[in-house]
Amino acid sequence: MSENTNSGKAFLILAILMLLGGLVFGLLASFVYIDSQFLKDTLGFVALRPMHVSLVVFWIIIGASGSVLTALQDIKPKSLNPKLLYIHILCWLVAIIGVISSYLKHDFGGREYWEFNPVWALPIAFSWILYLIQFFAVAKTIEKWPVYIWMWMTGGVFFLFIFSENYLWLFPYFREHFITDMTIQWKVNGSLVGAWNQLIYGVSFFLMDKISGNKNVGQNKTAFFMYFLGLFNLMFNWGHHVYTLPTANYVRYIGYTVSMTEWILFIRIIINWKKDLTTAQKHFHYFPYRFLLASEIWVFLNLTAALFMSIPAFNIYTHGTHFTVAHSMGTTIGINTMILLAACFVFFSNACHSYNKSTKILNTTFWILQFSLFTFWLSLKLAGIKKGIWQNSSTQSNYHQLMQSLEPYFIVFVIAGVILLITLSIFGVTILYNHYACKIKTSSSIQTSNSTTI
Amino acid sequence: MSFKPLYIFIALCISYLLYTAYIYTMPIYKVQKGKQENTKAGNGKLVWQKFNCQSCHQLYGLGGYLGPDLTNVYSNKGENVIKAMVASGIKAMPAFTLSDAEQNNLIEFLKQVDASGSGDYRNYRVTSFGMIELP
Repeated sequence: MSENTNSGKAFLILAILMLLGGLVFGLLASFVYIDSQFLKDTLGFVALRPMHVSLVVFWIIIGASGSVLTALQDIKPKSLNPKLLYIHILCWLVAIIGVISSYLKHDFGGREYWEFNPVWALPIAFSWILYLIQFFAVAKTIEKWPVYIWMWMTGGVFFLFIFSENYLWLFPYFREHFITDMTIQWKVNGSLVGAWNQLIYGVSFFLMDKISGNKNVGQNKTAFFMYFLGLFNLMFNWGHHVYTLPTANYVRYIGYTVSMTEWILFIRIIINWKKDLTTAQKHFHYFPYRFLLASEIWVFLNLTAALFMSIPAFNIYTHGTHFTVAHSMGTTIGINTMILLAACFVFFSNACHSYNKSTKILNTTFWILQFSLFTFWLSLKLAGIKKGIWQNSSTQSNYHQLMQSLEPYFIVFVIAGVILLITLSIFGVTILYNHYACKIKTSSSIQTSNSTTI
Repeated sequence: MSFKPLYIFIALCISYLLYTAYIYTMPIYKVQKGKQENTKAGNGKLVWQKFNCQSCHQLYGLGGYLGPDLTNVYSNKGENVIKAMVASGIKAMPAFTLSDAEQNNLIEFLKQVDASGSGDYRNYRVTSFGMIELP
């Protein structure tokens, strides 16, 4: 990647730091599941959970927008405004410091997943406006947008719209009855994920375009069909989050019907598996590609589970259980994180480290990561199934007994979580270390050559 | 080909905005109580958020997974037990210090949640279409 992509990389570095922080707080929060007194009198689960969630969400959205900005710099060198980029990253730093201090002081107030004091939503929204200004300034100069430009535009615009919608509860009209409030809350939560998925899947298309050298990847009709299917689901499938909520029936029926269109994706994966396998064999030697391949396998696993979860008759067995947590973890780590790591490895390849081929350590770490993630995911799925049976059972034990019976699954989940933390940290630290080591090496060799010339 | 994605995009966006506007303007849940109770319950939701109860507890299965679902805690446990639990804490739940107004608003909120329906899925009926009917 050229030096033109440097300012975009600053966002990726910040994103990697968020990932490392998010993993540490996630692990600390998971300890509470096996020791209820863990950090109870200091941070407590009440702060550990949002700290974990917010930092991981920041990894995803800063990583996704950073990848887009880096890619735009690669497509149109020197096209981004450096001053706006500085203000943009400054906004994020203010937001991150504000959010973390809000949690440390137990100064909550927001809704689930955005529990920090709502004032810190302002720098996030402002940073997003700056992202859109930069994006459109470059995008308008590109003729015949490939599908990933459409996805980046959609993800960016919708994120800002939905993020603003997320704060409607500040107006009494919207929170007067909690059913209305919760319906809007889950409309937002469902669609926000759809918005950042548009950004990340766009990055995936861009990377495949780059890796394969086939420009058709981003221009063919199937890619556009998949994009519109994703957009359609982003807009209308969120009702599947609130099947059990006594909201209007049309919300449930629209959510159910639209969610079922995702069977098209499922069938497409099955039909194309042989073709995809050939592509995988062709590019497998290229290390960053392995993360894209892993993300596709995780798409298949999570999509299969999601399709069943979207059928209300099944949903009452999975809703409110760890089966759903497994889905969130499986998609954020298995899909989003894998694609973002692929992007980081591509964007951070330089004269010192090309990452074209994996070292033994990176290769082993990759496989340990996949196995630990699968164990992590499976332990949560099984705990979820057990809770699902409990909540529909006619002879229901009390909640404390249920949680005790789930402890073996939580122990496996915590152990797998420790391994996930170690493996993901190895990747994060490797990228950062090699990046800075190369910078130091390059600048010292330039200095040496200058002094020799003099 | 170049103009077609834009048309589809605009059509989808218009549908989405109409759907969104419909949800905002049509009351999803018919409020039957007086204005004062609604305001109290609305403020109680803010107390719920202020103390981040959602990080451990669920309402209609939505929320954290460490503690139990509290959809019908008002009718199952009663006001006094809720107040005692909040003040003393239990297991991973710390003791919370709420003002009288906060406590009353929180109770009003949980009362509103409780009155809205049942969070017990055993009472739900599955239809032939795979849909569920709420009690």
